[in-house]
Amino acid sequence: MTPSPDVMIVGAGIVGAACAYELARAGARVEVIDSGLPGGGATAAGMGHLVVLDDNEAELTLTKYSVGLWHSLAKELPAAAEFWGCGTVWVAADEVEMAGARAKLSVYRQHGLAAELLDERQLYEAEPNLRAGLAGGLLVNGDAMVYAPVATRFLLEQSKAKVTRAAVTSLDDLKAGAVVCATGAMAPALVPGLRVRPRKGYLAITDRYPGFARHPLVELGYLQSAHGDSNESVAFNVQPRPTGQLLIGSSRQYEDATASLLEPMLERAFAYMPGLRACSVIRTWTGFRASTPDKLPMIGRLRDRVYLATGHEGLGVTTSLGTAKILAALILGYAPPIPAWPYRVERFDG
Amino acid sequence: MKFDVVILGAGPAGLAAARAAGRRSASVALVDDNVTAGGQIWRGAPRIAVPAGVRFFPQTRVFDLRPGFTLLTESHGAMEASRLILATGARELFLPFPGWTAPGVFGAGGLQALVKSGLPVAGKRVMVAGSGPLLLAVAAALRTAGARVVGIAEQAPLGRIVPFLAKYPAKLPQAFALRARLVGVPYWTGTWPVRFAEGMVTLSGGRTVSVDYLACGFGLVPNTEAAQLLGCRLDDGFVAVDSRQETSVAGVYCAGEPTGIGGLDKALEDGERAGAAATGQAVNPSRGAFVRDLAAAFHLDPRLFDLAEPSTVVCRCEDVSCAALRPYREWREAKLMTRCGMGPCQGRICGPITNCLLGWSAESVRRPLVPVAAEILLKDVFEP
Ligand SMILES: Cc1cc2nc3c(=O)[nH]c(=O)nc-3n(C[C@H](O)[C@H](O)[C@H](O)COP(=O)(O)OP(=O)(O)OC[C@H]3O[C@@H](n4cnc5c(N)ncnc54)[C@H](O)[C@@H]3O)c2cc1C
Ligand SMILES: Cc1cc2nc3c(=O)[nH]c(=O)nc-3n(C[C@H](O)[C@H](O)[C@H](O)COP(=O)(O)OP(=O)(O)OC[C@H]3O[C@@H](n4cnc5c(N)ncnc54)[C@H](O)[C@@H]3O)c2cc1C
Repeated sequence: MTPSPDVMIVGAGIVGAACAYELARAGARVEVIDSGLPGGGATAAGMGHLVVLDDNEAELTLTKYSVGLWHSLAKELPAAAEFWGCGTVWVAADEVEMAGARAKLSVYRQHGLAAELLDERQLYEAEPNLRAGLAGGLLVNGDAMVYAPVATRFLLEQSKAKVTRAAVTSLDDLKAGAVVCATGAMAPALVPGLRVRPRKGYLAITDRYPGFARHPLVELGYLQSAHGDSNESVAFNVQPRPTGQLLIGSSRQYEDATASLLEPMLERAFAYMPGLRACSVIRTWTGFRASTPDKLPMIGRLRDRVYLATGHEGLGVTTSLGTAKILAALILGYAPPIPAWPYRVERFDG
Repeated sequence: MKFDVVILGAGPAGLAAARAAGRRSASVALVDDNVTAGGQIWRGAPRIAVPAGVRFFPQTRVFDLRPGFTLLTESHGAMEASRLILATGARELFLPFPGWTAPGVFGAGGLQALVKSGLPVAGKRVMVAGSGPLLLAVAAALRTAGARVVGIAEQAPLGRIVPFLAKYPAKLPQAFALRARLVGVPYWTGTWPVRFAEGMVTLSGGRTVSVDYLACGFGLVPNTEAAQLLGCRLDDGFVAVDSRQETSVAGVYCAGEPTGIGGLDKALEDGERAGAAATGQAVNPSRGAFVRDLAAAFHLDPRLFDLAEPSTVVCRCEDVSCAALRPYREWREAKLMTRCGMGPCQGRICGPITNCLLGWSAESVRRPLVPVAAEILLKDVFEP
């Protein structure tokens, strides 16, 4: 019999893979179990935008720290992971949003993040296919993009963890020093009562239009859509792939909502980039984000030897690396590199 | 706009279904993406006319189907149907060999279609290669258009073709008629192309032949995607139907190649049954065995699946080579890791190839069924 591992990770999405990578680097013997293909869950459905968000201090700290880790990892990633330090352009529709862009700029600068305010002309120079009449925008230089399924595989390979394909039905039955539940939006199936709800998002991808969009583009109202609790919301979010294909997002709805948000999502995108109307869509699909009440992830001990790493909402690719650093520290008993308490599991108790 | 019966596809199966359904119902629509009815074989010159009373919508691509049933079309918005007949035909099977993506290499049916729409081939040296009765039809059509057909390479051995023809004497006149139009053209059986470079085809066995065009068709792949979007059950890659051509989804019928590759006569019989069944008329039982016998006679030699070299491209849209696919165990894994099948054809071409070469089966179908301009996805009003 092989000895049981130090840590057994359930779920081989980008979050589980990052945890395996980090724990193995810290010297733990790690194994991974997934019922499907590594990286085949939400990780395969999402966009892979590595983005710093500033809705609140905890989000800003974790995203900033994580995007930094991605830049450090970039040199090691295989070409197929398509790491691209493309930055992000936040689009301001009017003067009110422009004021929001200025506020965002000062927050980013305060945190040492490079960003540039774009006036109307500079916005068009950066992105000629945006509609006329927008007020301007904010270019955040350090943001990037990655093709997450390949990054997931890379992290798993680097960890040298054994990956088993099996569906876990009980976390307590697993033999290991510590068990990590990293099953994303499916976590409540293993942890009944967990405050994680699947939040559906539609995406469409087009044929190749090189140069049509040059940065991931997000409307400044995006945070409202991501952090608000309205049952259904859409926001303009278009991302070019290195091939010139365009990913069109984003939408959010909880699992009990049934309306298709594909159409409103596309309409929102056309309102910002009218030329998208004529772009040929080759595929549409949906994925589920793991959404907690405060939209921050749950990273830490659940009970005894069981740990959680889920609830990453629309940021799990970005925050996977930071999550793994925190979780490895908590499991192996050293000080986390950034404060872990905002993400503690028990914050919704009582 | 609402109809009792909507028929998707105006090839022989769809036209036969329209004829049968039109006998009973005054509310039948026939939809096809081509300019005229006729499908692959009668392209532009259908031998069954669209029956009077049946509304025909040419140049109408259906990009989505919803339960109930709603068809979303590119040019006319949404269309509703109480019953649906899917007669979506088949596409060609490509197999990769070194040079298969080079200029000058075409799909056999594809080249035939190009010629019908005006590509000049007069005096051109053309080789037709692959498998199945289609090769003869294509070669005959090319010759009629003035091409010099330098040979037909049929991968199946003569020993399988002769007993097949003997079992179906009714097909013989057709076969002889085609052969008569191909007098002097060598028909090499048990032979296939192994390489194409700079206008030179190398055949298995070593023969080399210089050509202007190489037209390849290794068989037909059923277009089951529309049925899959509606949740119809597949059986071994074909749409499963009962003796009345009804699929596992009540009210959805399927006819022609998607239920089994059987050519014209089978498509006509299927279509007749589907059209009759969908409008509550009595139905003649199917005769069955031909599809199986055809598949057995032209069963692909496994050596055809070893022709690709490591650098040979398998997925043309995303430029994925044979070697890039080797580390993976299944379609979805390879797709996620290499982006094979993620391009505009959505695995319609490379999916069947990996099925042959690696035993993979492609995953479920997503909307849209065919690439459409993004704005089309917003339209849900029928504009006649
Ligand atoms: C439309 C959309 C767009 C997005 N865009 C971005 C973006 O641009 N940037 C960004 O950072 N994030 C984005 N995200 C979010 C990101 O994709 C997710 O946060 C991230 O992929 C979550 O990774 P995960 O490993 O937690 O979950 P998953 O990738 O879902 O992995 C969970 C794994 O657990 C396995 N599993 C589940 N239950 C069991 C069980 N019982 N037994 C065994 N295995 C099990 C599953 O098979 C799966 O592989 C987006 C998400 C969506 C839906
Ligand atoms: C490329 C090719 C060439 C062929 N050439 C010959 C030949 O020369 N001689 C011969 O004997 N046999 C030929 N065949 C075989 C022939 O197709 C079948 O024997 C027979 O015609 C099948 O009839 P069907 O009605 O099932 O399909 P088809 O004739 O293929 O008709 C299906 C129709 O549905 C339409 N359609 C499918 N999906 C959609 C959609 N989403 N929206 C709108 N319309 C749609 C297609 O455009 C097509 O017109 C050929 C097959 C192929 C694939």
